[in-house]
Amino acid sequence: MTVEAREARQPWILLTPAVSAVLLLLFVPLAFIAVYSFWLRTATGADQVGFYLDNWREALGDAFYRDILLNTLKIAAITTVFCALMGYPAAYFIARSRGNKAILLLLLMLPFWISYIIRTMSWINILGVSGAVNSALMALGVITEPIQMLYNEATVILGLIHFLLPFMVLNVYVSLEGIDETLEDAACSLGATRWQTFLEVTLPLSLPGLAAGGLLCFVLAAGTYITPLVLGGPTDAMFANLVFEAIITQLNWPLGSALSLMLLAVLGALVLLYNRYLGMAQLMKGLG
Amino acid sequence: MDNTTRYERLRERYLNGDLDRRRFLGLIGAAGLAYGVQTPFARHALGAVEEVRFDGWGGVVSEAFRKYAFDPYTAKTGIKVVDGTFGGGDEYLSRVKASQPGEYNIAHLSGVFDYARYHGLGLTSVLNEGNIPNLQYVIPKLVDVFRKVTDGTLSCVPYDYGTTGLAYNRKHISDDEMKEKGAKILIDDAYKGKISGWADWRTRIWFGSLQTDQDPNGATDMDAVWDAIRKHRDLSLKYWSSGAELMSLLAEEEVYVTEGWSGRIYALQEQGHDIGYMDPPNGYGWQECLFVIKGSPMEACEELLNFMLAPETSIAVAEGQNYPPALDPRKVDLGSKIPTLPAFDPSGTLEGLTFANPAYWNGHEQEWSKTFGRIQKGY
Repeated sequence: MTVEAREARQPWILLTPAVSAVLLLLFVPLAFIAVYSFWLRTATGADQVGFYLDNWREALGDAFYRDILLNTLKIAAITTVFCALMGYPAAYFIARSRGNKAILLLLLMLPFWISYIIRTMSWINILGVSGAVNSALMALGVITEPIQMLYNEATVILGLIHFLLPFMVLNVYVSLEGIDETLEDAACSLGATRWQTFLEVTLPLSLPGLAAGGLLCFVLAAGTYITPLVLGGPTDAMFANLVFEAIITQLNWPLGSALSLMLLAVLGALVLLYNRYLGMAQLMKGLG
Repeated sequence: MDNTTRYERLRERYLNGDLDRRRFLGLIGAAGLAYGVQTPFARHALGAVEEVRFDGWGGVVSEAFRKYAFDPYTAKTGIKVVDGTFGGGDEYLSRVKASQPGEYNIAHLSGVFDYARYHGLGLTSVLNEGNIPNLQYVIPKLVDVFRKVTDGTLSCVPYDYGTTGLAYNRKHISDDEMKEKGAKILIDDAYKGKISGWADWRTRIWFGSLQTDQDPNGATDMDAVWDAIRKHRDLSLKYWSSGAELMSLLAEEEVYVTEGWSGRIYALQEQGHDIGYMDPPNGYGWQECLFVIKGSPMEACEELLNFMLAPETSIAVAEGQNYPPALDPRKVDLGSKIPTLPAFDPSGTLEGLTFANPAYWNGHEQEWSKTFGRIQKGY
């Protein structure tokens, strides 16, 4: 074997473990789900093997699923906007702080040490009828009766922001850290105010990080099901809850498979759009 | 051939006079010698049962099982009991459906309709009741309903029973008001935002039937039932989906009235909360069983069931979870706490409880669970 041929093979040899893992843990299960989506659930709960389009017809043609999907995308979009508005100043503050950056980053990572479910349930103790906020307001005499703050769409969004904000901050922070600060100094020396420097130099250069954070927040928010279950009211369901119900409650794995592939297709299309205009490199940088 | 009860069987034969003393001691000695010379890998080589998996609801029940049944069972047989938990029957069924035969063995399931679903999916086994002598202490009515589903055989042993009744905060709702309104209080506009309910389609339809004055095991006007469910949804603060959530909603006074599981409400009362509990006429009675899944090591499972059904274990578990055991009070002294538990029937006939008819509920399961899923989300 020539040296060139050996060198050409080397990257593939090195990639083999990673490619095998992706194939086995992602594509093979996905293929199973795809096959399942064409089966049928019988009256006893057993699956009828075959090639039936009934689940796809139902998933794509039923307004119920479309409406819940649109509502899910709406909630994910609102969450992403709030994460961006709240996360950018925090990331900017960390990136521009001098001595205590490591501590601030550690504080940012701290919530990840606590279970997501516990973090979500903590809002019950904060916003509940006998929670911290109501107790404080009543103790101060501001209100006489507790205010009902929990179990609505707003608290679902609040719970999602609580969960996703660190992802946004980290992505924007990485982006801001990569900006050459002399560019900002140059803008100031040319007469720009601090605000103009931010708008004309810093913000445009950090947009890829903001977009990467936005994509992560959106995809994770659109796929969540615990938050609406814990903090939502009777009608605050998201699309992942439908998948859960189809698979677990109704034991209808074929329909659940079709629904999960539908959600995957919508979110996959968003990732493709992102890749088309911004490239995946920025996302990898943010995740790294 | 199961070796775990060899000593007991030999001893019984010896005491019955089927074996003379010399032969009995010889066989025990031979068994001891065989045990002594086998290597640690012999069990693997023989394919002997090394562990049995049990899945239940966790919490105090698991602790009681561990203390009174699993540890003594392991000490006696050498078979380890792997103790798993699940959040609900539907979730567990999905896990079993995705598993290999023998991966899951015994489960603490609720409702006869679940038993029928498992049977429909071909997951039932056939127990050798001769290996479960403690089955004789169980209330016959609880055993018979299972036999009807599986043509006279059993794939489970009944373990406890309870009710899903109405739980209410006495600070805001009086006992008299509850008696007057019954299940209809869950669709009373006066308590809008202070009502809750279990996100379970069967329970919603059961109470929807009561609210529309229909037989819960044979509603004829389903449109009226769905309307009642919609009304309940619109008046509710939220649906609860676990016993812990139910207790939290009531204890924190987020809601004043909801359906509740009798044992959980008793636990709240024990904690000092002023929560009332009422089973309305035709209230929802249910029973739980210890179900052996097809493909399990039967003799090992049967012996474990016998340990779990032993009166001391059943009573300890019942006192821990606040649900009466399936033991017949006419045959077993159940102590002082159990007769105070809600749903307890001192007659042992359970005539006062209405159980779900598995044929009726499973016959509509596919359609109704789907419809409820939609109504729950505002449709």
